[in-house]
Amino acid sequence: MLDATQTDSDPIVRIRGLRKSFGTHEVLKGLDLDIHRGEVVALIGPSGSGKSTFLRCINRLEVIQEGRVEVDGQLIGYQERQTRRGPELRELPQSHIDRQRADIGMVFQSFNLFPHMTVLENITEAPVSVRGQRRADAEATARQLLARVGLADRAGAYPKALSGGQQQRVAIARALAMKPKLMLFDEPTSALDPELVGEVLAVMADLARQGMTMIVVTHEWGFARELADRVVFFEGGHIVEQGPPSELFTAPKTERMREFLAKVL
Amino acid sequence: MSDSNGHGPQGGPLTGPLKPRRHPVRAVIGIVVIALIADLLWKVANNPGFQWDVVGQYFTSRTILLGLWATIWLTLLTIVLGFVLGTLLAVARLSQNPVLQAASFLYVWFFRSVPLLVLILFTFNIAYLLPEIRFGLPLLPPFWTADTNDLITPIGAAILALTLHESAYAAEIVRGGILSVDQGQFEAASALGINRRRQMTRIVIPQAMRAILPAFGNQLIGLLKGTSMVSVIAVGDLLYSAQAVYNRTFQVVPLLVVATLWYVAVTTVLAVVQYHVERHFARGALRNATPGVMTRMTGAWRAIFPASATKPAPIDAETDPET
Repeated sequence: MLDATQTDSDPIVRIRGLRKSFGTHEVLKGLDLDIHRGEVVALIGPSGSGKSTFLRCINRLEVIQEGRVEVDGQLIGYQERQTRRGPELRELPQSHIDRQRADIGMVFQSFNLFPHMTVLENITEAPVSVRGQRRADAEATARQLLARVGLADRAGAYPKALSGGQQQRVAIARALAMKPKLMLFDEPTSALDPELVGEVLAVMADLARQGMTMIVVTHEWGFARELADRVVFFEGGHIVEQGPPSELFTAPKTERMREFLAKVL
Repeated sequence: MSDSNGHGPQGGPLTGPLKPRRHPVRAVIGIVVIALIADLLWKVANNPGFQWDVVGQYFTSRTILLGLWATIWLTLLTIVLGFVLGTLLAVARLSQNPVLQAASFLYVWFFRSVPLLVLILFTFNIAYLLPEIRFGLPLLPPFWTADTNDLITPIGAAILALTLHESAYAAEIVRGGILSVDQGQFEAASALGINRRRQMTRIVIPQAMRAILPAFGNQLIGLLKGTSMVSVIAVGDLLYSAQAVYNRTFQVVPLLVVATLWYVAVTTVLAVVQYHVERHFARGALRNATPGVMTRMTGAWRAIFPASATKPAPIDAETDPET
């Protein structure tokens, strides 16, 4: 297993010794990874390699079995305590975990917009109910975000009336409305028709240029090559290799990465 | 035949108006069914046993209307209590707490197993089991005590039995509705930091309503008729009132007809209300809302009798979705 390629005294995400199992099946076998502020990281690897699970551990959609996940210096999901038997990590109350999640944006493969709410209501729901923003303020922000993702005219539409690409752009706007410290993307274009992938990638590229920290599980080689600062290759619950896309795609160091590239490219 | 292949006699393409297929068998069956229904209606209207004059005489009598009112408020009260309790039971069943899960499961198992009539008789006779009802803290003297027979009147026993019965069914309906909501909805709401209570009230329940409402309407209509069982413990509902009259006048059939007509009338009103409430909760769920059965029935009527198409549109058409 490789260490992070750069040293950074203050990474936005710091993961150490992360283990995750579903029942007896261990999916993540002790991972370490640092992600720097403003970095765009693409997670690639065969299906079942654990990259989506890894992403979901960062905002505690998955409960981990071992190790620690820190975002912006905060331990996610646990509190460190000294007991007579030594230090322990005690699970945080749900309300604390909710607060930690509010700062981490997430975009799902299947969009997961709220179908009974309009586009505008989808975006304003969390700012109003979690952040306690005034509805008028939240709506003003939502309209700016919709303009940014090119959907200013669809504020009143219900998700079902939108194309997949439009729904995913609304989902990105919904996550951005919480002013997250970093954004997680779980195969954001995998459920889209090929001709709709471009519009979502364009929004993500725009976001990357504005300095958003992004962790993206993706099969879009174009995206990984052109926008990622770093590509991390997962296989069998391990990080096998990582580095800038220019190196990783042209001169892979490991045999397994070479085999994977030969299969998919 | 060359025509059937879409070609004219010379093999060139044949065009012309496109006509729908004819349905001679459908027409014949339709006529036979209409004749049978007409015959049945004729016999009902002319059977002296129905005593339609007596039906008319009692249909809006004070006794019957008081009974109708008791049936309606008993139905509405117990459906509300039943679904409030049922929702709590469903949430308990789906909670992380194994004790709550088991308690909810056992409650539903028991009260779905006991026939409503038996339950009504039990609650009516509850004073044998609990002569006194005491409110207080364990190990301390009660701060309020009441004689069970004062508290559990026949109407109280009826409300208790119907609520216990209804809540067990409501729990399963609400649980089914919550389970019908996609897991991704919980995940998306969690990822935004929305807490569990608001996930339920803002995201999950509104979507679950689409699955809950048809079953809820069914339960409401079932309960309306189920309330007639409380007549066995002398609660003055619609059926009991009709019985009270015919026990005096021996006009059994016409008074049962009076009760039947009122049950049908109230059920019809409930069905119409249900239809519109379902429309409300369908927002966002359908790309183009399909016309409801009422719209299609009036549409079919206009197709058969075009002359009536010039009349004002039926109420149903006004509430069609904006799409």
